[in-house]
Amino acid sequence: MISKTINLTLKVWRQNRGEKKGRLETYHAKDISVDMSFLEMIDVVNEDLTKNRKEPIAFDHDCREGICGMCGAVVNGRTHGHEKETTLCQLHMRHFSDGDTIVIEPWRSRAFPLIKDLIVDRSALDKIIQAGGYISVNAGGAPDANALPIAGEVAETAFIAAACIGCGACVAACPNASAMLFVSAKVSHLALLPQGRPEAAKRVQAMVRQMDECGFGNCSNETECEVECPKGISIVEIARLNREFLKAEFS
Amino acid sequence: MKLDAKIPAGPLAEKWDQHRFNLKLVNPANKKKFEIIVVGTGLAGASAAATLAELGYHVKNFCIQDSPRRAHSIAAQGGINAAKNYANDGDSVWRLFYDTVKGGDFRAREANVYRLAQLSCNIIDHCVAQGIPFARDYGGFLDNRSFGGAQVSRTFYAKGQTGQQLLLGAYSALMRQVSIGMVKLFPRREMMDLVLVDGKARGLVVRNLITGEIETYDAHAVVLATGGYGNVFNLSTNAMSSNVTAAFRAYKKGAYFANPCFTQIHPTCIPVHGTFQSKLTLMSESLRNDGRVWVPKKPGDKRLPRDIPESERDYFLENKYPSFGNLVPRDVASRNAKEQCDKGKGVGETGLAVYLDFSDAIKRDGENVIAGKYGNLFEMYEKITGDNPYKNPMMIFPAVHYTMGGLWVDYNLMSTIPGLFVLGEANFSDHGANRLGASALMQGLADGYFVIPYTIGGYLAQTSFSKVNVSDSKEFKQGIDDVQKRINKLLSVNGNRTVSEFHRELGLILWDHCGMSRNEEGLSKALSMIRDLRHEFWENVYVPGTGNDLNQSLENAGRVADFLEFGELMINDALARKESCGGHFNTAFQTEENEAKRDDENFCHVAAWEYTGDDQKPDFHKESLSFENVELTQRSYK
Ligand SMILES: Cc1cc2nc3c(=O)[nH]c(=O)nc-3n(C[C@H](O)[C@H](O)[C@H](O)COP(=O)(O)OP(=O)(O)OC[C@H]3O[C@@H](n4cnc5c(N)ncnc54)[C@H](O)[C@@H]3O)c2cc1C
Ligand code: SF4
Ligand code: FES
Repeated sequence: MISKTINLTLKVWRQNRGEKKGRLETYHAKDISVDMSFLEMIDVVNEDLTKNRKEPIAFDHDCREGICGMCGAVVNGRTHGHEKETTLCQLHMRHFSDGDTIVIEPWRSRAFPLIKDLIVDRSALDKIIQAGGYISVNAGGAPDANALPIAGEVAETAFIAAACIGCGACVAACPNASAMLFVSAKVSHLALLPQGRPEAAKRVQAMVRQMDECGFGNCSNETECEVECPKGISIVEIARLNREFLKAEFS
Repeated sequence: MKLDAKIPAGPLAEKWDQHRFNLKLVNPANKKKFEIIVVGTGLAGASAAATLAELGYHVKNFCIQDSPRRAHSIAAQGGINAAKNYANDGDSVWRLFYDTVKGGDFRAREANVYRLAQLSCNIIDHCVAQGIPFARDYGGFLDNRSFGGAQVSRTFYAKGQTGQQLLLGAYSALMRQVSIGMVKLFPRREMMDLVLVDGKARGLVVRNLITGEIETYDAHAVVLATGGYGNVFNLSTNAMSSNVTAAFRAYKKGAYFANPCFTQIHPTCIPVHGTFQSKLTLMSESLRNDGRVWVPKKPGDKRLPRDIPESERDYFLENKYPSFGNLVPRDVASRNAKEQCDKGKGVGETGLAVYLDFSDAIKRDGENVIAGKYGNLFEMYEKITGDNPYKNPMMIFPAVHYTMGGLWVDYNLMSTIPGLFVLGEANFSDHGANRLGASALMQGLADGYFVIPYTIGGYLAQTSFSKVNVSDSKEFKQGIDDVQKRINKLLSVNGNRTVSEFHRELGLILWDHCGMSRNEEGLSKALSMIRDLRHEFWENVYVPGTGNDLNQSLENAGRVADFLEFGELMINDALARKESCGGHFNTAFQTEENEAKRDDENFCHVAAWEYTGDDQKPDFHKESLSFENVELTQRSYK
């Protein structure tokens, strides 16, 4: 590991709480080690702002290991930046060059109202899960875990869908601001498993209805979501959701 | 007050069943008259909130993040233990119990640990029913691996995302209860204080992290599941918002804090790269199943790893511990890595790293097999370091990871404040002086799904409650006042140093003097350093912005202010424990083989600290531990 540093110009979306419109403000990020993550780079800028008695940039983050789904911003027009299958907290500065200008903006979607600077309200995603993203089982009544064998491939396919971290990048990337990839990931995960079958029809209908009610757009197969998803959730899940949905509607 | 752990009488294996039978029940029709506050939505909090609601209680559930699904538990990678013995390799409830007690260096309560081992099996059953996609074998049955020094395969896992999958299970159960109105969610809220009425825990003062408003909530009982305090070290593997504030506020209101100096340093983390590093990343210790740990034999050897011939490498864990080799418990592995680096044999740019080498495993099994087991971990490593672990050995170094200490609780998980229950990493109960891998997830879920639903009923059924009302009870008004004063104070210092500067400095003091190894001189020095730092903080910190807005600097300032007080408590605890055990390694107490040397005659106890006032020495209370079922032995992993 050779420590190299770079200098960058940032244009960051700033918007106070309650303010109708925000603006891009320019900051300089100096002596950024290429081993830093993108969020650590913002930390440095924030530390600088604080020392100059200015308010730092508000942004969501927590685990900083790409798993909690809390972080996210549109970086030079790409959600979570340009690296494939990478959350913003796992994007490292070695992917940028000295002298680059980086534009950083919040997720933009009708269903994700802006709170402050780069922070948006994603509670609509929780509402969709509340509508049916679960298997109705109370603690205490389950049979032995091995009573129901599930073929390895089935478990694996369900796992792939279950890897969604609920970050909302798919919504931000979609020209229609549709939440289809997110919803399909949960629907597929549970529909693929035998435990999830009894409620499968009800679940898909309720979740899709809730998605519409929350103000997300329709899916018109733009496939941007799949390109931008940090967890590699594929539009195969959307096809599966559609099949589940049709089956439910016609039965 | 004399500490009473309320351990039920009777033979170990029957205690829990008997206790459940003896506990008073809340009549089903009465359950809906009770309100319970649960703070935290990690494995412990989400499972508790969901299960209590399933039983019919009304629950208010709080968390810092924007969604309960993002609690720190989400980041757990490796797995969760259960004594299912599916592998038929000799595991049993008894063995899991025994391993946990021994792994904890005989500083945990036998009865709690035995119950945990029993409940481990129920957890797996429930999680599978929830749809958690655990790894399975070709026949479709659940797969297990051996993990973190266990000699049996009892760890259930979902690739490197066990925590995420388990938390999404608990979260989905929680969402189901939200949808039917049994749980009311309060995300983006931070607990700032606990409210006591007639000496009982009856509510909270919280800060709305979006608007900055100070809000109050009441209930019949309060459950804290607010996680561990590893971030007192500044750099740790914990999520950025992990804090001690919730637990510390409860401590100041009369809950005893137990064994604060018991912290766990995890051996396999990605080494530190620079001053502005914000957190450390853990590499699952399952990697030690196939990776071999080594350093060059010669101090200061700067050759590339591949240029160092076998004969000049020191596989120090294999050499020193022939039967456990690379799989020794975490504290042992960490301490040995540090020892090698202290001798100048550390590798990498900073000399603060050792190699974890997969080349032999790749030669033996092929790259595909290794990729199948660890593919995502290798990718993560490459993403962070820019180095390819299939070609070059990984570099790892220990990092703060977990805190065994926490609020003192009895067998019912109730603290010394009546009506205040503490679950998960926030309590101290089950891991003694060192936690075994894959046991924290087990404990969080056991506490939430299977212990608290019973024990809280016992409390509610036996207690009479006065009526409280958040808007006119004086206790709540006082609570708001205290919190507001503290916030105003933070904002009005208007000094010249940032909160992160103080946090970094505190972290370094603790890492150097209260980390992997400790001694009296260093601890005493650290004590005065922390005091000075704390005084400076209150004179010279600068917190930008205002109180009635979303203000992340203010959030951090509050947490760091508590860490600055809490650090002192840790050190006092470390100074008082004049022995070595598990994660607490005092260099004055070691065996000839440099292992932790316990003093069972004088220190076979839980140290529980009672707050007596700011800048006052806390009072010490002792819960003696008695071991009736296992024999206290010197841990040996040779
Ligand atoms: C990287 C990593 C990997 C791990 N891997 C494993 C593993 O493989 N196996 C294993 O068994 N263990 C593992 N652990 C340990 C384990 O993940 C944790 O001990 C466990 O998840 C803690 O769960 P919890 O529910 O007690 O707390 P957390 O998950 O930490 O949840 C705390 C909750 O409390 C809330 N909260 C905290 N403070 C406040 C406040 N003041 N006000 C309001 N809300 C608050 C938070 O918002 C959050 O919802 C790992 C830990 C780390 C860091
Ligand atoms: S599907 Fe992908 S992009 Fe969408 S919320 Fe899930 S992880 Fe994020
Ligand atoms: S901070 Fe958790 S995914 Fe980025």
